[in-house]
Amino acid sequence: MITARYHREIPQRYRLEAGKCSTCQHIAFPPRPVCPKCKGRSFDTVRLSDEGKIVTFTIVRVASEKFSKQTPYAVGIVELQEGIRITTQIVDAELNKIEVGQRVKLVFRRIQEDGRAGILCYGYKAIIA
Amino acid sequence: MRDVAVVGTGMTKFGELWGQSIRDIFVEAAQQAITDSGVDHVDSLYVGSMSPGLFVNQEHLGAVIADYLGVNPIPATRVESACASGGAAFRQAFLEVASGASDIVLAGGVEKMTDGADVTDALATAADQEYEVYHGITFPGLYAMIAKAHMHQFGTTREQLAAVAVKNHRNGAKNPNAQFRSEVTLAQVMGSTMVADPLRLLDCSPVSDGAAAVVVASLDVARKLNKSFVKVIASAQASDTIALHGRESITTFKAVVEAVKKAYKIANLRPADINLVEVHDCFTIAEIVVSEDLGFFEKGKGGEAVAQGLTAIEGGRIPINTSGGLKAKGHPVGATGIAQIIELYEQLTSHAGPRQVKNVRRGMAQNMGGSGASCVVHILEAQ
Repeated sequence: MITARYHREIPQRYRLEAGKCSTCQHIAFPPRPVCPKCKGRSFDTVRLSDEGKIVTFTIVRVASEKFSKQTPYAVGIVELQEGIRITTQIVDAELNKIEVGQRVKLVFRRIQEDGRAGILCYGYKAIIA
Repeated sequence: MRDVAVVGTGMTKFGELWGQSIRDIFVEAAQQAITDSGVDHVDSLYVGSMSPGLFVNQEHLGAVIADYLGVNPIPATRVESACASGGAAFRQAFLEVASGASDIVLAGGVEKMTDGADVTDALATAADQEYEVYHGITFPGLYAMIAKAHMHQFGTTREQLAAVAVKNHRNGAKNPNAQFRSEVTLAQVMGSTMVADPLRLLDCSPVSDGAAAVVVASLDVARKLNKSFVKVIASAQASDTIALHGRESITTFKAVVEAVKKAYKIANLRPADINLVEVHDCFTIAEIVVSEDLGFFEKGKGGEAVAQGLTAIEGGRIPINTSGGLKAKGHPVGATGIAQIIELYEQLTSHAGPRQVKNVRRGMAQNMGGSGASCVVHILEAQ
């Protein structure tokens, strides 16, 4: 991954920073220049809750080269308290005991390595609450 | 807008075509289509291709193709909408002829996927790189999450998913251009290797090479060619959020719902007026969800419908994927949307051989990109 590209996403990946529309209060994660609800263009930065529940999930058993050493691993869509949904790995759990509707908490983890000489990439993963 | 027809078709066999390059296979399909149509020239060409840059390190595909097809200096443009690239290229050709800007346009699609690229990685570029793929999700993984949600919400079963693969392999076995010409059993599908729970290997469309092309012309030109043609009576396209998690519902493709709503309105038709459909079954669950979103079955009943045989060629209420679909025919991504049009052309001109559905007048093609962020729908009518 290009270092600049990684650097730009740090506020979202490290601190879960979202954009709250100053007109209609809709929260967009990641932040975006135009509100998808009211087309407003002015946003305040808010930090999302780190608690949510599993909406759906899968166990990835065949991955791209970058993730092949981690297989099998769980990835799910998690709905946070604000109603925002994100895609994230679900870790520290027995794979056959993960269920739709389970409550989870987001934690800060290493997500991937960019080859032997590249940067380490961090972000959020979910653990069962 | 004036009336537009499909007047000729051509395609390579789909599969591992190791002896041929991307330009070889496109030229083979395009020459077949031009010869079949009987036209003496084309005014321009569009080629749908998802990612020749990642698969074979070749961008600027429009120019490559026009050069090797020997049609310089006509305009030649590559169209990209991920797995809907072929359908989008067909739509551009349709619009160019319908607008009157051109009389005869070649619409093709091609992908060369077996030349050594990391296919999982390349296909994943059709999803949100920063917020989905970054976390390790794959395309089978995205559709697996749709499957899990559909099973949880509507009680869709593992057997019903497998029934899609069994039916499509049965159809593909009768298609000489299909990658897999073998039938599979429910037990084989359900015992195949797990890729992303609950989806197994035989729930997934394969990695394929292949090209497909059609010649699109004004109705006036079509009538003078003195051969069978079919009319394009609706062309519609819609978009949705790039990330699956950004959608209000994970069990409905809103882009499919919106595109087909437009198509029905343009053609002034209802689902009951359609006689057969080619849908984008990149994974078995996709066919089930799409068959509901196109209005053929009630939401949540698509699994039951396929298991009951309602989408089979023989005795089905609305035959789906008579070609074998992406599952059995193969899925050279950019070629898929054009190959769907070719299947409808063959069915509507009664040239589908053992796959022929009786008494067909109208067919629909539904082609989508990513986890449903792009969708193109066309309705064709026999003349």
